[in-house]
Amino acid sequence: MAATGYALLIVLMPLAGFVVLGLAGRHHLKRSAGWLATALMSVSAAAALLLAWHYFFVQNALGRSLEPAEVFRFRWLSFSPSLYVDMGMHLDGLSVMMLVLVSTVSLLVHLYSVEYLRSEERYTSYFAFLQLFTFSMLGLVVSVNLFQIYFFWELVGVSSYLLIGFHYERPSAVSAAKKAFVVTRFADFGFLIGILIVGFSSTSFDLNTLFQTNCHVDAAREELFLGMSAITWGTLLMFMGGAGKSAMFPLHIWLPDAMEGPTPVSALIHAATMVVAGVFLVARLFPLYEVAWLTADVVTVIGLTSSLLAAIIACTQTDIKRVLAYSTMSQIGLMLFGLGLAAQGASREAGYVGSQFHLFTHGFFKALLFLAAGVVIHRVHSNEVSDMGGLRRTLPLTHLVFLIACLAISGIPPLSGFFSKETILLAAASHPFWYGLALLVSALTAFYMFRLYFLTFWNKPALPKSEPELPTASERLAYGFPLVVLAVATAVNGFIPFGLFVAPDGRPYPVHASAAAWLPPVGAALCGIAVAAWGYARASERPQELARRFGAFYSVAYRKFYIDELYAYITRRIIFGKVGRSAAWTDRQVVDGAVNQAGWLIQQWSLLMKCWQSGRLQGYAFWFFVGAGLLAVVLLLYSPN
Amino acid sequence: MNLHLLILIPLLTAVTIALWGRGQRAALIATAGAVVQLGLSVLLYLTFTAYRQHHAGEAFVFEYRHVWYGPLQIAYHLGVDGISVAMVMLTAIVVLAGVLMSWEVSYMPREFHTLLTLLGAGAYGVFLSLDAFTLFFFLELAVLPKYLLIGIWGSGKKEYCARKLVLMLMLGSALVLVGLLGMYFGGPRSFSIPDIASSRLAPEVQQWVFPLLFTGFGIFTALFPFHTWVPDGHSAAPTAGSMFLAGISMKLGGYGCLRTATHLMPDAAQQYAPTIIVLGCIAILYGSLATLMQKDIKYLNAYSSISHCGFVVLGIGLLTQTALHGAVLQMVSHGLMTALFFAVIGIVYERTHTRQLREMGGLMQAMPFAVTALFLAGLCSLGLPGLSGFVAEATVFVGGWQQPDLLSRTAVVIACSSIVVTAVYILRAIGQVAMGPLRGLVSPHPVSWAERLAVLLLLGGIFLMGLWPEWLVQLIQGSGPAGALPDGLTAAPVEAF
Amino acid sequence: MDVLNFLLITASGLFFIGVYGFLTRRNLLTMLISAELMLNGAALNLVAFNRYRWPEELDGLFLAVFIVAIAAAEAALLIAIVLRLYRNTRSVDVSDITELKH
Repeated sequence: MAATGYALLIVLMPLAGFVVLGLAGRHHLKRSAGWLATALMSVSAAAALLLAWHYFFVQNALGRSLEPAEVFRFRWLSFSPSLYVDMGMHLDGLSVMMLVLVSTVSLLVHLYSVEYLRSEERYTSYFAFLQLFTFSMLGLVVSVNLFQIYFFWELVGVSSYLLIGFHYERPSAVSAAKKAFVVTRFADFGFLIGILIVGFSSTSFDLNTLFQTNCHVDAAREELFLGMSAITWGTLLMFMGGAGKSAMFPLHIWLPDAMEGPTPVSALIHAATMVVAGVFLVARLFPLYEVAWLTADVVTVIGLTSSLLAAIIACTQTDIKRVLAYSTMSQIGLMLFGLGLAAQGASREAGYVGSQFHLFTHGFFKALLFLAAGVVIHRVHSNEVSDMGGLRRTLPLTHLVFLIACLAISGIPPLSGFFSKETILLAAASHPFWYGLALLVSALTAFYMFRLYFLTFWNKPALPKSEPELPTASERLAYGFPLVVLAVATAVNGFIPFGLFVAPDGRPYPVHASAAAWLPPVGAALCGIAVAAWGYARASERPQELARRFGAFYSVAYRKFYIDELYAYITRRIIFGKVGRSAAWTDRQVVDGAVNQAGWLIQQWSLLMKCWQSGRLQGYAFWFFVGAGLLAVVLLLYSPN
Repeated sequence: MNLHLLILIPLLTAVTIALWGRGQRAALIATAGAVVQLGLSVLLYLTFTAYRQHHAGEAFVFEYRHVWYGPLQIAYHLGVDGISVAMVMLTAIVVLAGVLMSWEVSYMPREFHTLLTLLGAGAYGVFLSLDAFTLFFFLELAVLPKYLLIGIWGSGKKEYCARKLVLMLMLGSALVLVGLLGMYFGGPRSFSIPDIASSRLAPEVQQWVFPLLFTGFGIFTALFPFHTWVPDGHSAAPTAGSMFLAGISMKLGGYGCLRTATHLMPDAAQQYAPTIIVLGCIAILYGSLATLMQKDIKYLNAYSSISHCGFVVLGIGLLTQTALHGAVLQMVSHGLMTALFFAVIGIVYERTHTRQLREMGGLMQAMPFAVTALFLAGLCSLGLPGLSGFVAEATVFVGGWQQPDLLSRTAVVIACSSIVVTAVYILRAIGQVAMGPLRGLVSPHPVSWAERLAVLLLLGGIFLMGLWPEWLVQLIQGSGPAGALPDGLTAAPVEAF
Repeated sequence: MDVLNFLLITASGLFFIGVYGFLTRRNLLTMLISAELMLNGAALNLVAFNRYRWPEELDGLFLAVFIVAIAAAEAALLIAIVLRLYRNTRSVDVSDITELKH
């Protein structure tokens, strides 16, 4: 009962906030919207922590197998007696972990936004959208049904659209929001078909049924189409949805543009929570991905490719938020890489636990990075690193927390990123090639993060030290508190025995790694940091020289491998220019032309017949008699006798 | 429940307006009539569900039959099942919203409201009739006043558009009439739908009558390639006319296909299913692609209606229980959504005096209420969960996937792909109308309470269906043989080409 | 050639003279007279058939009387119409009247 209460409290608080703030419009509640939303979120976050405590320590004993629980369920839509959509709340290690992550980060971002968006005219709407997002994300992670996942998946997408396009008077924000929605929608098209395939081949959309009845999964292994089984098709297409939401190559193009949204939004949605939905999806449907032989490979390869690609691009970008966006993409790639390895079966536990652990720690340190970047942007009024530099004196607290987060994401012990990334690499240890690439990603991560760090906080000073970092009390509370809390979480989260909470099948998996396994990643990270320090700690010609050394490769990476241009070509030129235009033309000219032609023909016919209607009485009489005569002749000729 | 009231009240309202509705009084009387009608339809829903709990087996309830033309046994025969109840409620909501949107009509308001109410009476008659000929009679009643509505109160090339619309719909009616006569003489010499259903027409008769009826009703529901009246008709019609046209008129076709064609001629339905599926798919994809290029917001919504009504055709063609229910859900959902769209377009047009997307911009700042409603309608159109469109489309998809053959499943995939195209054009339109710098506002008078009420009414319907679809699904699922597949047609696979 | 044939030929002669007059004369009053000729031709037919085929019946005679009465009424009506036309157009020439097509 307690669990039900907590769980409902977690999701209903943001929903209530959305309804109240949404109905209030943009003029009412203007002052108090931020605090109201924050208060609701703090209830939600507290309930999430209580629920976690209750679930892990009261309902289950730590170190033993975790029993999934369902606290709530109702019939939302029935297609037929056996196929239905239930809405409910499913609790297991994964969903409880996600609840805690989403609600805490969301709370901190709410608090931060209270101050950050103070001067916005649509302050109330902003918080309404933020609450909608939080509600949808929370609903997503506790799903009991494939269609429930899809339901909240789309709601998450639309709230992301609303928040990216929050500054809708800027055309760039509008087009970024549109791009994000359309790209993820394209991915969701695959997701929806994947749901249909999986649902039908296993005769249920219900997750419990799906996992419990392995016989259906067997049936799903029969060939469906093009030599691949139903389960392979289904999981592949669902992964397409996940890849879209998680900005994986080749569907990643929306994420950098999404940085048009307000910075706290980037921290919450495009770093900590929504973009990891793809990882969550694969983890949630892990039993299916395990039995689909091809999909696991695809997940692994896509994950690692995106990770590497994003890391390379991140090294060349100069917009602080875009660097962070590519870094997010790179880290999510690593998570999916770990999950893919786990689904392949060789390092099942390590890969799964590692990726979820990384998801958890990444959520905190990436949110921290974004919020810290927000403070910086607020101060210098620019996203470009060339406008920054030497800020460590002006913004000491921000500098400190940014450094902690950078060390964590680079994987330097004893910060949290080290432990989680280490576990993923542990899973890859048996594949030398992949392990090598993952190490490369690790080194690149350290390089670009510290490049960013040095360019922002060291290098040549861009601002004179004028005023204190956080002048007012409310800024100290709204900015300082989230930064400090996230920094502490970033520092200590690594010590959580994560494998005991979240593991495949709920069976605890304590991670053990030898010192020998620790050395390569840490070494790679230190190399990356050293190169970054060499190039960027002071203003020098070295970066240009480095770029010149790479020549064409640098410029291609700087242009993001021309993937955006390729998409633009396909959509603008082909879909709009050719297909759309010809469809519209055909409709007006050919189909409607045929209708008008029919009308025209009838008109011609009537013109022809018009001369008969002369208005002359005797003409009419003449034709009348002709007709009567003809009738008489016919009757005479064809009379019965 | 006395079904006569549902037809009588709109007729009486029309007469009252014609006699006493001078000036502003016309709108007042029309609104009163529509409110009563909405109340009655809710009452119908309540009594219907209560009645059916005790009498589960009956196909149609509250039947009343009176033969008004003996020689041909044509009867005034009323009765409802779950589908009719759903459609009656839709009609009541859309008509009330349309009347509320027409409070500002200043040119000949008496005639306007009389005609609008008459259209409503025709629609109720169609949804309540169990006699095919009486159904046809009401169908005509729901067509002819449109000519005047568009021709007198329309805009743009209104005479051309009115003529085109009425002529194409009349062509549909003609095909329907021939089909009905074929059914009468080829079958049990009766127009009564339950009689024909129980006697099961001979396959040879079905084979040639079915295409007539399906095409005839199909023209009403924008069946490809007979859809070109939709863009022209909708764009020229006055706001309430567009709302009625897209919200109800196109549903008359879908309902007719379901109630007469598919329900009475299951063998032919099966035989022609591949053709119907292909036509539905063409309408969905081709309609949405053509929408991409539209520059006029009314044209945009009209083309998107073609695409959405494709789902109705597709659902009927897929011939599984779930897909048929999906088709009905799509009718209700599209009716609400598109009426909302046209209502908001009307509100915006009043204040911008343009319908060109290029000439608008940033209206979110100037009229947040209308633009928020437009945004919600757009989200519903692109199938956002929580709004009605998703429920309907998901049901069609799931129902289609139940057919194991390749054609049906390909059709579902194609239909699914339209959700991406829909997202593109909806967001493009919203981006141009609502966002960016403010442009195009001419007369910034506030949105009146009647308009607000109309929008909220439609939004309420959309949310009610989108957030809690189960009640509607139960209503439709439990309905009689037209909701259930006829015997011998239990989701058998459709033969591919 | 018996009497019946003679009567029928006479009747058809009357009728076709009427038709010819109706089609060729421009004067409305002449056309009216031609129409009367046609009516009378038909009436003569009825009377002849009645007399020589079903002498015990009276239907044909009644019908003929009826036609006479109708013709009288019709003539009255048509003359009224012609008068109105004349008032409006100052002409009873049928070729001047082409408003029928409107």
